[in-house]
Amino acid sequence: MGPLVVNGIISADTNLLMAFLIGIGFGFVLEGSGFSSSRKLAGVFYGYDTVVLKVFFTAAITAMVGLLFMSLFGWIDLDLVYINPTYLPSAIAGGVIMGVGFIMGGFCPGTSFCGLAIGKIDAMLFVAGLFVGVLIFTEGYPLWEEFYKSGFKGIPKLSESLGLSDGLLAFGVIVVALGMFYVGEWTEKRFPRKEY
Amino acid sequence: MEDKEKRARKYLNPYLGGILLGIVLIAANYISGRGLGASGAVKSVVVTGVNTIVPEHAEKTAFYKDYNESHPKPMKSWLVFQVLGVLVGAFISGSIAGRLKFKVEHSPKITSKRRLIFAVLGGIFFGFGSQMGRGCTSGSALSGMGVISLGGFITMAAIFGTAFALAYFFRKNWI
Repeated sequence: MGPLVVNGIISADTNLLMAFLIGIGFGFVLEGSGFSSSRKLAGVFYGYDTVVLKVFFTAAITAMVGLLFMSLFGWIDLDLVYINPTYLPSAIAGGVIMGVGFIMGGFCPGTSFCGLAIGKIDAMLFVAGLFVGVLIFTEGYPLWEEFYKSGFKGIPKLSESLGLSDGLLAFGVIVVALGMFYVGEWTEKRFPRKEY
Repeated sequence: MEDKEKRARKYLNPYLGGILLGIVLIAANYISGRGLGASGAVKSVVVTGVNTIVPEHAEKTAFYKDYNESHPKPMKSWLVFQVLGVLVGAFISGSIAGRLKFKVEHSPKITSKRRLIFAVLGGIFFGFGSQMGRGCTSGSALSGMGVISLGGFITMAAIFGTAFALAYFFRKNWI
């Protein structure tokens, strides 16, 4: 029963090998979907290319539904899966700052590694910027430590916060995602752009 | 029309790509009991760099001291190995599709220099924000949504909401 490493079915070193293999799959799919191109990624914000929206939400609902079924069948104990704790103020502030970085830089960290791997010089400089940004955070940590640790909410699920069952919530996310896919397909026709 | 056909051959169908990415995320949860990520590996490298270049500073500073205590070997981390895999996987995909090429990708309306300046600035913001938000688009938003984490949905909404809200002001860079 999963998770394999938590249940001692594979060793910590095997886990690192699996991390490498999982990373290969991750990088292959991101690059293959066009996520190594900043102008494809930024397209979602102008409607000319909504590949980000389609891939991101299809992946999220696939994983959500897949994990729920695997949990239902007793294949994985989701209580043993690591989930980021929620700190409301820093989650929102961090997200807003990342949004600024996204529209300016055209990448997020994972996609910039893909761009770097195929020779995009803009991705290389974005990665260089990432290092600087992280260093600013670690060097200035005492300045925002209090804010960073404020508003701790535990590890809540969105379904719990809304008082819904996991299944109903997942169904709702699927319906919303389908609506967004429809809008995405429409905007791509409405604001076409040539291949570059 | 020809352009469109060419592009269709070049990239995966986005919904197929999404399903495959979802399966990769399921595999990470099933095998390793965690989601995917990217920015955490940058932090490992930054801390290792500080430890190596200015060890006195790392010993004196609370942040690095705490981090080194909880992560005795920062480079021997799951995310570092996963990101090395990402580089390999992206390289394989790019070479199969014939996309390996050194270039600065930018809108014809702006110069390469402008694109590169904005790329560095964007990276700085994203790097800082990923630490404040305890993870980036992969680690916090996508992986969080996969396990229905409230924080994952909030970070996702904040990232995309902000980028949409500011898109008008940066339009010259992209369209």
